[in-house]
Amino acid sequence: MEVFKVMVLKGYKRENGTYGIRNHVAIIPASVCASETAVRISNLVPGSVALPHQHGCCQIGDDLKLTIDTLIGLGKNPNVGAVLVVGLGCEGVPPKELVEGISETGKRVEKIIIQDLGGTLGAIREGGRIASEMARELSQQERVEFDIGELTLAIECGGSDPTSGIASNPAVGYASDLLIKNGGSSILSETTELIGAEHILAQRCINEEVAQKLFKIVQDTEDRAIAMGTDLRSGQPTPGNKEGGLTTIEEKSLGCIYKAGLSPVIGVLGYAEQVNEGNKGLYVMDTPGQDIDSITGMLAGGAQIVVFTTGRGTPTGSPIAPVIKVTGNSSTFHKMQDNIDINAGRIIDGEASIQEVGQEILNEMIKVSNGKYTKAESLGHKEFGIYRIGTTF
Amino acid sequence: MHNNGIIAHSKDNVCTIVQELKAKDTIMIKDANREENFHVIQDIPCFHKVALVDIAKGKEVFKYGEVIGVASGDIKKGEHVHVHNVESTRGRGDRK
Repeated sequence: MEVFKVMVLKGYKRENGTYGIRNHVAIIPASVCASETAVRISNLVPGSVALPHQHGCCQIGDDLKLTIDTLIGLGKNPNVGAVLVVGLGCEGVPPKELVEGISETGKRVEKIIIQDLGGTLGAIREGGRIASEMARELSQQERVEFDIGELTLAIECGGSDPTSGIASNPAVGYASDLLIKNGGSSILSETTELIGAEHILAQRCINEEVAQKLFKIVQDTEDRAIAMGTDLRSGQPTPGNKEGGLTTIEEKSLGCIYKAGLSPVIGVLGYAEQVNEGNKGLYVMDTPGQDIDSITGMLAGGAQIVVFTTGRGTPTGSPIAPVIKVTGNSSTFHKMQDNIDINAGRIIDGEASIQEVGQEILNEMIKVSNGKYTKAESLGHKEFGIYRIGTTF
Repeated sequence: MHNNGIIAHSKDNVCTIVQELKAKDTIMIKDANREENFHVIQDIPCFHKVALVDIAKGKEVFKYGEVIGVASGDIKKGEHVHVHNVESTRGRGDRK
């Protein structure tokens, strides 16, 4: 496998030494009650993105903590240059706690409280003033060179079919291995889609502790499904997965883990847990099989770029990170040409090898890191959702 | 005529077809481990699975060299292998 001596990218250096490949002002609502206002502020300010969500109030315990950790993690993401927190003023997620958490990075973070500013119009006026000032500041920041080893890749799959396990996932796995060989990190996610394949991945864990942690997150996920009193297959594989030819969760999982290549698993992270910058390599993150929530967890963990494999085709993007779409199905590539960046179906068609497409994916990651828009970005796709582990009270 | 079936692992008792096949069409498999031609016995959509051998009810179905489920009925060589004749063994809250 080729190890590149110099692989220099250009991005935005953050105060804490990390590098962003985008330079967003993030408008983060503390709760659902502040989400519409956050969106309206963002609509006024080019260079800003809002992260509207349904949560932030009437949550308790670990579920509340998960929402807080996720919002803080997203604010900390290297692709975000500055943050405006929008609070209603009486929600369960304290806006002040979000500001304090995100501020640890050293980036500019401010907050506004809707109830203190006269309501919607006052909040938009003040929020718009702050956000546009932040956007003007960030617009003056120049891209600087950084090593590809500073990248953390979020690996995702959605709308899988049998071509995913044969073509697109092995190709992404090859690209992930190349990134790790060059000093970077990758995150494999979607615990549901490890069910039936966990014993293989466990053999690649660097020690028994990591392996046991992996078995535990899979067991916990399966136990939650069993507690529902129904066959997991009523929801996973999804109807589209089955129509495409995937029969059981085990088959889907065995195909899914090819995304993680052959690198050893160095750690298992909780949802939205930060990747250890001092310890680079392949991580597994405990996220659900639902793509949007899963991607959010990895971005909160610090990933700057997403590579997303799909068999059926999906339009999914992200507010703060570029999403590169790869399909293993040539028919889907042509049917969903608006949304798919790379055709790994050439592997099945006998036109390219897994290694060739893997290298192509890495090359595309470099171009996109340097500023090229992915199809999802150029179409303004900003799908966003936060995983919940409790009910609303 | 080209290969139209992919066997992921030598231990597998199913293969994935890479083109749509109609009943009595020939499936052709050739890789380092084996070479064989046989007829599929029903219409099967592209990228779905076909039994390489008879698989008795209750027996394990292998793909990628791993168990992907068990046969919920007798499956004949050349038959479509999917949700109608394979059950998952995981996440079965319905069995409690």
